[in-house]
Amino acid sequence: MSLTWVLIKLKLAIFRIAKNARIALTIFAFGLLSACATVPAGQVNDPLEPYNRVMYGFNDGLDILLIKPAATVYKTVLPGFVRQAFGNFFANLGEPWVAVNAALQFKGAAMLETVMRFGVNTFFGFGGVIDVAGGMGIERRNEDFGQTLGYWGAGPGPYVVWPFFGPSTFRDTFGLGADFLGDPLNRDPNVLTTERDTLSIIRLLDFRANLLKAGNLLDEVALDRYTFTRDVYLQRRQSLVFDGNEPAEPDPSSPESESAPAASRANETRAEPSK
Amino acid sequence: MKRRLFAQWPGALVLVMGFAGAHSAWAQTEESPDALVKRISTEVLDTIKSDRGIQAGDMAKVIALVENKIIPHVNFERMTASSVGPGWRQATPEQRKRLQEEFKTLLVRTYAGALTQVTDQVIVVKPMRAAPDDKEVIARTEVKGRGDPIQLDYRLEKTAGQGAGWKIYNFNVLGVWMVETYKSQFVAEINAKGIDGLITSLTERNKSNARKS
Repeated sequence: MSLTWVLIKLKLAIFRIAKNARIALTIFAFGLLSACATVPAGQVNDPLEPYNRVMYGFNDGLDILLIKPAATVYKTVLPGFVRQAFGNFFANLGEPWVAVNAALQFKGAAMLETVMRFGVNTFFGFGGVIDVAGGMGIERRNEDFGQTLGYWGAGPGPYVVWPFFGPSTFRDTFGLGADFLGDPLNRDPNVLTTERDTLSIIRLLDFRANLLKAGNLLDEVALDRYTFTRDVYLQRRQSLVFDGNEPAEPDPSSPESESAPAASRANETRAEPSK
Repeated sequence: MKRRLFAQWPGALVLVMGFAGAHSAWAQTEESPDALVKRISTEVLDTIKSDRGIQAGDMAKVIALVENKIIPHVNFERMTASSVGPGWRQATPEQRKRLQEEFKTLLVRTYAGALTQVTDQVIVVKPMRAAPDDKEVIARTEVKGRGDPIQLDYRLEKTAGQGAGWKIYNFNVLGVWMVETYKSQFVAEINAKGIDGLITSLTERNKSNARKS
Protein backbone atom coordinates (compact mmCIF):
# COMPACT_ATOMS: atom_id res chain seq x y z
CA MET A 1 0.00 0.00 0.00
CA SER A 2 1.39 3.32 -1.00
CA LEU A 3 1.28 6.39 1.16
CA THR A 4 -1.21 8.07 -1.17
CA TRP A 5 -3.57 5.15 -0.70
CA VAL A 6 -3.36 5.49 3.08
CA LEU A 7 -3.99 9.20 2.82
CA ILE A 8 -7.04 8.67 0.63
CA LYS A 9 -8.39 6.12 3.12
CA LEU A 10 -7.77 8.52 5.97
CA LYS A 11 -9.47 11.35 4.13
CA LEU A 12 -12.52 9.21 3.44
CA ALA A 13 -12.73 8.18 7.08
CA ILE A 14 -12.53 11.80 8.21
CA PHE A 15 -15.15 12.73 5.70
CA ARG A 16 -17.49 10.02 7.00
CA ILE A 17 -17.00 11.14 10.58
CA ALA A 18 -17.62 14.74 9.59
CA LYS A 19 -20.79 13.73 7.77
CA ASN A 20 -22.10 11.78 10.77
CA ALA A 21 -21.17 14.59 13.10
CA ARG A 22 -23.08 16.99 10.92
CA ILE A 23 -26.20 14.87 11.00
CA ALA A 24 -25.92 14.55 14.79
CA LEU A 25 -25.44 18.27 15.16
CA THR A 26 -28.38 18.95 12.88
CA ILE A 27 -30.60 16.77 15.06
CA PHE A 28 -29.27 18.52 18.13
CA ALA A 29 -29.88 21.94 16.65
CA PHE A 30 -33.41 20.96 15.63
CA GLY A 31 -34.10 19.78 19.16
CA LEU A 32 -32.68 22.96 20.57
CA LEU A 33 -34.72 25.25 18.42
CA SER A 34 -37.82 23.25 17.69
CA ALA A 35 -39.66 25.89 19.68
CA CYS A 36 -38.98 28.32 16.87
CA ALA A 37 -41.89 27.31 14.70
CA THR A 38 -41.54 27.82 10.99
CA VAL A 39 -43.71 30.27 9.15
CA PRO A 40 -45.10 29.85 5.63
CA ALA A 41 -42.84 31.30 2.97
CA GLY A 42 -43.47 34.93 2.10
CA GLN A 43 -44.64 35.79 5.59
CA VAL A 44 -42.36 37.43 8.12
CA ASN A 45 -42.03 35.68 11.46
CA ASP A 46 -42.56 38.59 13.85
CA PRO A 47 -45.09 37.72 16.57
CA LEU A 48 -43.34 40.08 19.01
CA GLU A 49 -43.85 43.11 16.75
CA PRO A 50 -45.55 45.38 19.33
CA TYR A 51 -42.70 44.83 21.84
CA ASN A 52 -40.08 44.97 19.08
CA ARG A 53 -41.34 48.33 17.86
CA VAL A 54 -41.05 49.83 21.34
CA MET A 55 -37.52 48.46 21.72
CA TYR A 56 -36.62 49.71 18.24
CA GLY A 57 -37.73 53.17 19.33
CA PHE A 58 -35.68 52.90 22.51
CA ASN A 59 -32.51 51.91 20.61
CA ASP A 60 -33.14 54.64 18.08
CA GLY A 61 -33.42 57.24 20.85
CA LEU A 62 -30.26 55.95 22.47
CA ASP A 63 -28.47 56.26 19.14
CA ILE A 64 -29.67 59.78 18.46
CA LEU A 65 -28.92 61.06 21.96
CA LEU A 66 -25.68 59.28 22.77
CA ILE A 67 -24.02 56.89 20.34
CA LYS A 68 -24.28 58.86 17.10
CA PRO A 69 -22.95 62.12 18.59
CA ALA A 70 -20.10 60.23 20.27
CA ALA A 71 -19.26 58.43 17.03
CA THR A 72 -19.30 61.75 15.18
CA VAL A 73 -16.79 63.17 17.65
CA TYR A 74 -14.65 60.02 17.33
CA LYS A 75 -14.65 60.36 13.55
CA THR A 76 -13.88 64.10 13.63
CA VAL A 77 -11.07 63.87 16.18
CA LEU A 78 -9.18 60.85 14.91
CA PRO A 79 -7.52 60.81 11.48
CA GLY A 80 -8.61 58.13 9.00
CA PHE A 81 -5.53 55.94 9.32
CA VAL A 82 -5.90 55.71 13.10
CA ARG A 83 -9.53 54.65 12.78
CA GLN A 84 -8.51 52.15 10.12
CA ALA A 85 -5.91 50.76 12.53
CA PHE A 86 -8.51 50.41 15.30
CA GLY A 87 -10.92 48.73 12.90
CA ASN A 88 -8.25 46.26 11.75
CA PHE A 89 -7.21 45.57 15.34
CA PHE A 90 -10.74 44.64 16.45
CA ALA A 91 -11.37 42.60 13.31
CA ASN A 92 -8.15 40.69 14.01
CA LEU A 93 -9.22 39.99 17.60
CA GLY A 94 -12.33 38.37 16.21
CA GLU A 95 -10.51 36.08 13.75
CA PRO A 96 -9.94 33.09 16.09
CA TRP A 97 -13.66 32.90 16.79
CA VAL A 98 -14.37 33.18 13.05
CA ALA A 99 -11.99 30.25 12.51
CA VAL A 100 -13.77 28.21 15.19
CA ASN A 101 -17.10 28.80 13.49
CA ALA A 102 -15.69 28.02 10.05
CA ALA A 103 -14.44 24.74 11.53
CA LEU A 104 -17.83 24.00 13.10
CA GLN A 105 -19.33 24.44 9.63
CA PHE A 106 -16.71 22.14 8.08
CA LYS A 107 -15.40 24.94 5.88
CA GLY A 108 -11.79 23.82 5.77
CA ALA A 109 -10.48 26.43 3.35
CA ALA A 110 -12.20 29.28 5.19
CA MET A 111 -10.83 28.05 8.50
CA LEU A 112 -7.26 27.73 7.24
CA GLU A 113 -7.38 31.13 5.58
CA THR A 114 -8.71 32.74 8.74
CA VAL A 115 -6.03 31.12 10.89
CA MET A 116 -3.46 32.31 8.35
CA ARG A 117 -4.93 35.83 8.41
CA PHE A 118 -4.72 35.89 12.19
CA GLY A 119 -1.11 34.68 12.20
CA VAL A 120 0.10 36.98 9.45
CA ASN A 121 -1.71 40.06 10.75
CA THR A 122 -0.76 39.52 14.38
CA PHE A 123 2.94 39.04 13.66
CA PHE A 124 3.55 41.10 10.54
CA GLY A 125 0.73 43.58 11.03
CA PHE A 126 1.84 44.74 14.49
CA GLY A 127 -0.82 42.96 16.50
CA GLY A 128 -3.46 43.24 13.80
CA VAL A 129 -3.23 46.98 13.28
CA ILE A 130 -2.37 46.51 9.59
CA ASP A 131 -4.30 44.04 7.44
CA VAL A 132 -1.26 42.51 5.72
CA ALA A 133 -3.13 39.34 4.76
CA GLY A 134 -5.88 41.39 3.09
CA GLY A 135 -3.25 43.02 0.94
CA MET A 136 -2.09 39.54 -0.01
CA GLY A 137 -5.57 38.76 -1.25
CA ILE A 138 -6.71 36.58 1.69
CA GLU A 139 -10.12 38.05 2.36
CA ARG A 140 -11.77 38.25 5.73
CA ARG A 141 -14.58 35.74 6.30
CA ASN A 142 -17.81 36.55 8.05
CA GLU A 143 -18.78 33.74 10.42
CA ASP A 144 -20.39 33.71 13.84
CA PHE A 145 -22.22 31.20 16.00
CA GLY A 146 -25.66 32.25 14.75
CA GLN A 147 -24.52 31.30 11.24
CA THR A 148 -23.14 28.02 12.57
CA LEU A 149 -26.54 27.18 14.08
CA GLY A 150 -28.12 28.08 10.75
CA TYR A 151 -25.66 25.83 8.94
CA TRP A 152 -26.61 22.96 11.25
CA GLY A 153 -30.18 23.43 10.15
CA ALA A 154 -31.73 25.70 12.76
CA GLY A 155 -34.22 28.17 11.33
CA PRO A 156 -34.05 31.80 12.45
CA GLY A 157 -37.20 31.65 14.54
CA PRO A 158 -39.09 34.82 15.48
CA TYR A 159 -37.51 38.23 14.97
CA VAL A 160 -36.63 40.02 18.17
CA VAL A 161 -35.15 43.45 18.96
CA TRP A 162 -32.94 43.57 22.05
CA PRO A 163 -32.20 46.74 23.98
CA PHE A 164 -28.65 47.94 23.13
CA PHE A 165 -27.92 44.95 20.84
CA GLY A 166 -30.61 45.72 18.28
CA PRO A 167 -32.10 43.39 15.64
CA SER A 168 -31.82 39.65 16.20
CA THR A 169 -33.75 36.40 15.99
CA PHE A 170 -34.19 33.57 18.46
CA ARG A 171 -31.41 31.66 16.73
CA ASP A 172 -29.07 34.64 16.55
CA THR A 173 -29.69 35.35 20.24
CA PHE A 174 -28.22 31.94 21.08
CA GLY A 175 -25.46 32.82 18.66
CA LEU A 176 -24.85 36.17 20.32
CA GLY A 177 -24.41 34.44 23.69
CA ALA A 178 -21.79 32.07 22.27
CA ASP A 179 -20.09 34.93 20.39
CA PHE A 180 -19.83 36.83 23.64
CA LEU A 181 -18.04 33.88 25.24
CA GLY A 182 -15.80 33.58 22.18
CA ASP A 183 -14.83 37.25 22.32
CA PRO A 184 -11.25 37.60 23.63
CA LEU A 185 -12.15 40.95 25.19
CA ASN A 186 -14.51 39.11 27.52
CA ARG A 187 -12.51 35.93 27.98
CA ASP A 188 -8.90 36.86 28.38
CA PRO A 189 -8.16 37.12 32.14
CA ASN A 190 -5.10 39.25 31.34
CA VAL A 191 -7.28 42.08 30.13
CA LEU A 192 -8.03 44.49 32.97
CA THR A 193 -11.56 45.71 33.50
CA THR A 194 -10.79 49.33 32.66
CA GLU A 195 -8.91 48.33 29.51
CA ARG A 196 -11.73 46.05 28.57
CA ASP A 197 -14.29 48.79 28.95
CA THR A 198 -12.19 51.30 27.02
CA LEU A 199 -11.61 48.83 24.19
CA SER A 200 -15.29 47.86 24.09
CA ILE A 201 -16.30 51.52 23.84
CA ILE A 202 -13.78 52.24 21.09
CA ARG A 203 -15.03 49.17 19.21
CA LEU A 204 -18.60 50.41 19.44
CA LEU A 205 -17.66 53.94 18.33
CA ASP A 206 -15.60 52.60 15.44
CA PHE A 207 -18.50 50.42 14.31
CA ARG A 208 -20.95 53.31 14.50
CA ALA A 209 -18.55 55.79 12.86
CA ASN A 210 -18.31 53.53 9.81
CA LEU A 211 -22.07 53.79 9.41
CA LEU A 212 -22.14 57.60 9.58
CA LYS A 213 -21.46 57.90 5.86
CA ALA A 214 -24.71 56.10 5.17
CA GLY A 215 -26.20 59.15 6.87
CA ASN A 216 -29.93 59.37 6.84
CA LEU A 217 -30.27 56.77 4.12
CA LEU A 218 -32.78 54.85 6.20
CA ASP A 219 -34.97 57.95 6.46
CA GLU A 220 -34.82 58.41 2.72
CA VAL A 221 -35.45 54.89 1.45
CA ALA A 222 -37.87 53.47 4.00
CA LEU A 223 -41.59 54.05 4.26
CA ASP A 224 -41.49 52.36 7.65
CA ARG A 225 -38.06 52.23 9.26
CA TYR A 226 -38.93 49.36 11.58
CA THR A 227 -40.18 47.06 8.80
CA PHE A 228 -37.34 48.04 6.50
CA THR A 229 -34.68 47.31 9.14
CA ARG A 230 -36.30 44.01 10.02
CA ASP A 231 -36.59 42.76 6.45
CA VAL A 232 -33.02 43.80 5.63
CA TYR A 233 -31.69 42.11 8.77
CA LEU A 234 -33.50 38.83 8.15
CA GLN A 235 -32.42 38.64 4.50
CA ARG A 236 -28.83 39.56 5.31
CA ARG A 237 -28.57 36.85 7.96
CA GLN A 238 -30.10 34.28 5.63
CA SER A 239 -27.56 35.26 2.98
CA LEU A 240 -24.67 34.97 5.46
CA VAL A 241 -25.75 31.48 6.52
CA PHE A 242 -25.52 30.39 2.88
CA ASP A 243 -22.42 32.52 2.16
CA GLY A 244 -24.28 34.46 -0.52
CA ASN A 245 -25.56 31.34 -2.30
CA GLU A 246 -28.93 31.06 -0.62
CA PRO A 247 -31.51 29.03 -2.50
CA ALA A 248 -33.36 31.51 -4.67
CA GLU A 249 -36.91 31.95 -3.47
CA PRO A 250 -39.49 31.60 -6.18
CA ASP A 251 -39.31 35.19 -7.30
CA PRO A 252 -42.51 37.15 -6.78
CA SER A 253 -42.65 37.86 -10.47
CA SER A 254 -45.36 40.08 -11.80
CA PRO A 255 -48.64 38.86 -10.29
CA GLU A 256 -50.10 39.00 -13.78
CA SER A 257 -47.85 36.23 -15.06
CA GLU A 258 -48.27 33.65 -12.36
CA SER A 259 -48.06 30.89 -14.92
CA ALA A 260 -44.36 29.97 -15.03
CA PRO A 261 -42.51 30.26 -11.74
CA ALA A 262 -40.41 27.24 -12.79
CA ALA A 263 -38.48 29.33 -15.26
CA SER A 264 -37.28 31.67 -12.55
CA ARG A 265 -35.77 28.75 -10.73
CA ALA A 266 -33.80 27.48 -13.69
CA ASN A 267 -30.77 29.47 -12.61
CA GLU A 268 -31.18 28.63 -8.96
CA THR A 269 -28.10 27.78 -6.97
CA ARG A 270 -27.77 24.69 -4.83
CA ALA A 271 -30.20 24.33 -1.97
CA GLU A 272 -27.70 22.78 0.45
CA PRO A 273 -25.43 25.15 2.30
CA SER A 274 -22.60 22.61 2.20
CA LYS A 275 -19.22 23.83 1.08
CA MET B 1 -17.98 -3.43 -26.76
CA LYS B 2 -15.18 -1.34 -28.15
CA ARG B 3 -16.80 -1.19 -31.54
CA ARG B 4 -20.04 0.09 -30.15
CA LEU B 5 -18.19 2.77 -28.31
CA PHE B 6 -16.51 3.91 -31.49
CA ALA B 7 -19.76 3.75 -33.38
CA GLN B 8 -21.21 6.30 -31.00
CA TRP B 9 -18.35 8.69 -31.50
CA PRO B 10 -19.45 10.46 -34.67
CA GLY B 11 -22.89 11.01 -33.16
CA ALA B 12 -21.42 12.55 -30.02
CA LEU B 13 -19.10 14.69 -32.06
CA VAL B 14 -21.96 16.08 -34.13
CA LEU B 15 -23.86 16.81 -30.93
CA VAL B 16 -20.94 18.65 -29.37
CA MET B 17 -20.34 20.66 -32.51
CA GLY B 18 -24.00 21.47 -32.70
CA PHE B 19 -23.95 22.83 -29.14
CA ALA B 20 -20.85 24.86 -29.82
CA GLY B 21 -22.42 26.28 -32.96
CA ALA B 22 -25.65 27.15 -31.20
CA HIS B 23 -23.75 28.77 -28.40
CA SER B 24 -21.67 31.02 -30.61
CA ALA B 25 -24.74 31.95 -32.61
CA TRP B 26 -26.44 32.98 -29.38
CA ALA B 27 -23.45 35.01 -28.35
CA GLN B 28 -23.31 36.80 -31.67
CA THR B 29 -26.94 37.82 -31.96
CA GLU B 30 -27.17 39.41 -28.54
CA GLU B 31 -25.17 40.38 -25.50
CA SER B 32 -25.19 37.82 -22.69
CA PRO B 33 -26.68 39.04 -19.38
CA ASP B 34 -23.38 38.98 -17.48
CA ALA B 35 -21.63 40.86 -20.28
CA LEU B 36 -24.42 43.46 -20.18
CA VAL B 37 -24.06 43.91 -16.41
CA LYS B 38 -20.30 44.19 -16.79
CA ARG B 39 -20.59 46.77 -19.56
CA ILE B 40 -23.12 49.01 -17.78
CA SER B 41 -21.24 48.84 -14.45
CA THR B 42 -17.93 49.72 -16.07
CA GLU B 43 -19.44 52.58 -18.06
CA VAL B 44 -21.11 54.05 -14.99
CA LEU B 45 -18.05 53.73 -12.75
CA ASP B 46 -15.77 55.18 -15.44
CA THR B 47 -18.09 58.16 -15.90
CA ILE B 48 -18.13 58.85 -12.15
CA LYS B 49 -14.37 58.55 -11.81
CA SER B 50 -13.80 61.05 -14.63
CA ASP B 51 -16.50 63.55 -13.61
CA ARG B 52 -15.53 66.07 -10.95
CA GLY B 53 -19.07 67.41 -10.69
CA ILE B 54 -20.38 64.00 -9.62
CA GLN B 55 -17.51 63.49 -7.18
CA ALA B 56 -18.41 66.82 -5.59
CA GLY B 57 -21.93 65.47 -5.02
CA ASP B 58 -23.88 67.07 -7.88
CA MET B 59 -27.08 65.04 -7.48
CA ALA B 60 -28.72 66.29 -10.68
CA LYS B 61 -25.76 65.02 -12.67
CA VAL B 62 -25.73 61.59 -11.00
CA ILE B 63 -29.47 61.22 -11.46
CA ALA B 64 -29.07 62.04 -15.14
CA LEU B 65 -26.36 59.39 -15.39
CA VAL B 66 -28.61 56.77 -13.80
CA GLU B 67 -31.52 57.77 -16.08
CA ASN B 68 -29.41 57.53 -19.23
CA LYS B 69 -27.21 54.51 -18.55
CA ILE B 70 -29.10 52.23 -16.19
CA ILE B 71 -32.84 52.88 -16.51
CA PRO B 72 -33.05 51.70 -20.17
CA HIS B 73 -31.98 48.24 -18.95
CA VAL B 74 -34.50 47.99 -16.11
CA ASN B 75 -38.01 46.58 -16.31
CA PHE B 76 -39.65 48.99 -13.87
CA GLU B 77 -43.13 47.70 -14.45
CA ARG B 78 -42.23 44.22 -13.27
CA MET B 79 -40.14 45.59 -10.39
CA THR B 80 -43.05 47.71 -9.16
CA ALA B 81 -45.64 44.97 -9.68
CA SER B 82 -43.59 42.47 -7.63
CA SER B 83 -43.00 44.99 -4.85
CA VAL B 84 -46.65 46.00 -4.63
CA GLY B 85 -47.71 42.34 -4.57
CA PRO B 86 -51.36 41.26 -4.74
CA GLY B 87 -52.55 44.89 -4.67
CA TRP B 88 -51.17 45.40 -8.18
CA ARG B 89 -54.00 43.45 -9.75
CA GLN B 90 -56.63 45.69 -8.16
CA ALA B 91 -54.86 48.89 -9.20
CA THR B 92 -56.24 50.87 -12.12
CA PRO B 93 -53.93 51.65 -15.07
CA GLU B 94 -53.65 55.23 -13.80
CA GLN B 95 -52.70 54.04 -10.28
CA ARG B 96 -50.16 51.63 -11.74
CA LYS B 97 -48.56 54.41 -13.72
CA ARG B 98 -48.30 56.64 -10.66
CA LEU B 99 -46.92 53.84 -8.48
CA GLN B 100 -44.29 53.06 -11.07
CA GLU B 101 -43.25 56.71 -11.42
CA GLU B 102 -42.97 57.38 -7.69
CA PHE B 103 -41.16 54.13 -6.96
CA LYS B 104 -38.74 54.87 -9.78
CA THR B 105 -38.00 58.35 -8.42
CA LEU B 106 -37.34 56.87 -4.97
CA LEU B 107 -34.99 54.17 -6.24
CA VAL B 108 -33.12 56.39 -8.69
CA ARG B 109 -32.40 58.90 -5.94
CA THR B 110 -31.22 56.22 -3.54
CA TYR B 111 -29.02 54.62 -6.17
CA ALA B 112 -27.62 57.98 -7.19
CA GLY B 113 -26.82 58.73 -3.54
CA ALA B 114 -24.87 55.47 -3.31
CA LEU B 115 -22.99 56.26 -6.52
CA THR B 116 -21.70 59.58 -5.15
CA GLN B 117 -19.69 57.47 -2.65
CA VAL B 118 -17.75 55.76 -5.44
CA THR B 119 -14.01 56.39 -5.34
CA ASP B 120 -11.69 53.64 -6.55
CA GLN B 121 -14.07 50.68 -6.74
CA VAL B 122 -14.13 48.12 -9.53
CA ILE B 123 -16.82 45.60 -10.44
CA VAL B 124 -15.93 41.93 -10.77
CA VAL B 125 -18.53 39.78 -12.54
CA LYS B 126 -18.56 36.20 -11.29
CA PRO B 127 -18.93 33.29 -13.71
CA MET B 128 -22.60 32.75 -14.45
CA ARG B 129 -24.35 29.42 -14.25
CA ALA B 130 -27.05 29.53 -16.90
CA ALA B 131 -28.14 27.58 -19.93
CA PRO B 132 -28.31 29.42 -23.28
CA ASP B 133 -32.11 29.08 -23.39
CA ASP B 134 -32.73 30.44 -19.88
CA LYS B 135 -35.23 33.28 -19.86
CA GLU B 136 -34.40 34.44 -16.32
CA VAL B 137 -30.94 34.45 -14.82
CA ILE B 138 -28.97 35.78 -11.85
CA ALA B 139 -25.81 37.74 -12.60
CA ARG B 140 -23.51 37.89 -9.57
CA THR B 141 -20.97 40.64 -9.10
CA GLU B 142 -18.69 42.00 -6.42
CA VAL B 143 -17.75 45.60 -5.78
CA LYS B 144 -14.11 45.71 -4.80
CA GLY B 145 -12.50 48.71 -3.19
CA ARG B 146 -11.13 49.47 0.22
CA GLY B 147 -12.41 47.11 2.88
CA ASP B 148 -14.40 43.95 2.35
CA PRO B 149 -15.89 43.27 -1.09
CA ILE B 150 -19.61 44.02 -1.43
CA GLN B 151 -21.89 41.44 -3.01
CA LEU B 152 -24.17 42.90 -5.71
CA ASP B 153 -26.41 40.54 -7.71
CA TYR B 154 -28.97 41.17 -10.44
CA ARG B 155 -31.96 39.20 -11.65
CA LEU B 156 -32.46 39.65 -15.37
CA GLU B 157 -35.15 38.53 -17.76
CA LYS B 158 -35.00 38.12 -21.50
CA THR B 159 -37.45 40.38 -23.24
CA ALA B 160 -38.68 40.24 -26.78
CA GLY B 161 -40.10 42.88 -29.09
CA GLN B 162 -39.41 46.55 -28.67
CA GLY B 163 -36.09 47.25 -26.94
CA ALA B 164 -35.38 43.52 -26.86
CA GLY B 165 -32.59 42.16 -24.71
CA TRP B 166 -31.93 41.48 -21.06
CA LYS B 167 -33.67 43.64 -18.48
CA ILE B 168 -32.97 43.88 -14.75
CA TYR B 169 -36.07 43.32 -12.60
CA ASN B 170 -34.56 42.86 -9.12
CA PHE B 171 -31.17 43.25 -7.48
CA ASN B 172 -29.56 42.58 -4.14
CA VAL B 173 -26.89 44.24 -2.04
CA LEU B 174 -25.11 41.92 0.42
CA GLY B 175 -27.83 39.34 -0.11
CA VAL B 176 -30.72 41.72 0.54
CA TRP B 177 -33.18 41.79 -2.38
CA MET B 178 -34.73 45.12 -3.23
CA VAL B 179 -38.23 43.86 -4.14
CA GLU B 180 -38.53 41.67 -1.03
CA THR B 181 -37.42 44.56 1.18
CA TYR B 182 -40.13 46.88 -0.09
CA LYS B 183 -42.87 44.29 -0.28
CA SER B 184 -43.91 44.11 3.40
CA GLN B 185 -43.91 47.89 3.70
CA PHE B 186 -46.05 48.28 0.57
CA VAL B 187 -48.47 45.55 1.60
CA ALA B 188 -48.85 47.10 5.08
CA GLU B 189 -49.45 50.52 3.54
CA ILE B 190 -52.08 49.18 1.12
CA ASN B 191 -53.83 47.26 3.91
CA ALA B 192 -54.01 50.39 6.05
CA LYS B 193 -54.68 53.14 3.50
CA GLY B 194 -55.34 51.52 0.16
CA ILE B 195 -53.43 51.93 -3.10
CA ASP B 196 -53.95 55.69 -3.17
CA GLY B 197 -52.56 55.80 0.37
CA LEU B 198 -49.38 54.07 -0.82
CA ILE B 199 -49.08 56.48 -3.75
CA THR B 200 -49.42 59.43 -1.34
CA SER B 201 -46.79 58.03 1.03
CA LEU B 202 -44.32 57.48 -1.82
CA THR B 203 -44.95 60.95 -3.20
CA GLU B 204 -44.39 62.54 0.20
CA ARG B 205 -41.21 60.57 0.76
CA ASN B 206 -39.88 61.73 -2.63
CA LYS B 207 -40.80 65.36 -1.89
CA SER B 208 -39.01 65.34 1.45
CA ASN B 209 -35.98 63.64 -0.12
CA ALA B 210 -35.84 66.27 -2.87
CA ARG B 211 -35.96 69.08 -0.29
CA LYS B 212 -32.91 67.67 1.51
CA SER B 213 -30.52 67.93 -1.40
